[in-house]
Amino acid sequence: MTDTQLVIIGSGPAGYTAAIYAARANLSPVVIAGSVTAGGELMNTTDVENYPGFPAGIQGPELMENMREQAERFGAQVIYDDVETLKLHPGAHQIETALGSRYTAKAVILATGSAYRELGLPNEKKLSGHGVSWCATCDGFFFRDQHIAVVGGGDSALEEATFLTRFASKVTLIHRRQELRASQAMQDRAKADDKLEYMLDTEVEAIHGEDALTGITVRNTVTGETSELPVTGLFVAIGSDPRTSLFAEQLPLRPDGYLEVEGRSSKTAVEGVFAAGDVIDSVYRQAITAAGSGCAAALDAENYLADLEASDVLEAEGDHEAAVEVMNA
Amino acid sequence: MSTDVTDATFDDTVLKSDKPVLVDFWAPWCGPCRMVSPIVDQIADENADKLTVVKVNTDENLETASKYGITSIPALYVFKDGEVAKTIIGARPKPALEDELKDFI
Repeated sequence: MTDTQLVIIGSGPAGYTAAIYAARANLSPVVIAGSVTAGGELMNTTDVENYPGFPAGIQGPELMENMREQAERFGAQVIYDDVETLKLHPGAHQIETALGSRYTAKAVILATGSAYRELGLPNEKKLSGHGVSWCATCDGFFFRDQHIAVVGGGDSALEEATFLTRFASKVTLIHRRQELRASQAMQDRAKADDKLEYMLDTEVEAIHGEDALTGITVRNTVTGETSELPVTGLFVAIGSDPRTSLFAEQLPLRPDGYLEVEGRSSKTAVEGVFAAGDVIDSVYRQAITAAGSGCAAALDAENYLADLEASDVLEAEGDHEAAVEVMNA
Repeated sequence: MSTDVTDATFDDTVLKSDKPVLVDFWAPWCGPCRMVSPIVDQIADENADKLTVVKVNTDENLETASKYGITSIPALYVFKDGEVAKTIIGARPKPALEDELKDFI
């Protein structure tokens, strides 16, 4: 059992930024980064062009590597392991990892991010890795000169679609509405790409194939008409859901499934437990907003720990009332 | 440790092996592959008596990758007596991988 001041769960921009701030405040944070998910969602992207400070853009994995180095430079300890159980007990939250390490933490920052949403169609799981994919940068290469479909209408869908035209003979973007949600810059880039075609007001209705994807059935949401699309690759980019399973029974969630925090702060309903990044953000969901909220969580945790220490000193001096006052201030 | 196998050495090293062989199909541009690679190395070290572990860079060895229908990486395939005996697609934490590989380690 290792006793710590602060454990940060997650290692995307929110987790690592929290670690940088907490480490510089001498809190010696332990970051449980994930054994195969360290660095978070940006590990699966290529060019990041909207993160301030990199006028020529930066590769997602490189940006995350830099953040990790920056956190470690100030004394953050990054552990490549997964949290298996989290028991919230104010004063000594308990964390146990998949590899059997145990920590207690006076404060915890939850930066668990989000997980890709699935279409929820039969065959989707079976053909995942055999034509159905969630990672264009990992898998696009294998679809050279093939016809690929991308499902979704947001920034990630368009980014995947334009990335995939490097390899594919043709990319069809399927979106269930007429309007795309993606930023104008992304849409302009996509429009200039002559290998990309659109099927709007269209949903994927069925996925076909035994050992490998052979095609999909799509349905026009306005006319109800269905048609077959003989694609060998299907990339799903229909958004993501907050990853809350670790604490969903201990902390109140909002009706939309995101973790609830108090006002503009990072405070959850349990004392000493803070949250940052995509797990609390249903609106912006950018690397830079996640980083900003990681900073806020670290500052909130730092204040909390300072108050806790002051109240412990007063308790030790026998002044219980003043100790309580410090914590309630 | 694991060794690198190419299109040229795949048959001799993998298909003709007496021991089961775990093949890690990866590529330099694949983030999750980089994460799972050290875990595969640990499994190799801890089970060296039972399992041979090799890596195939799919970027340089597309022939082997396409022969086995690799369309998503990381992909971990176990070959036993020249046949595919197990496929694991996507990065997993070590305990999950060990569980999937329990028949071979």
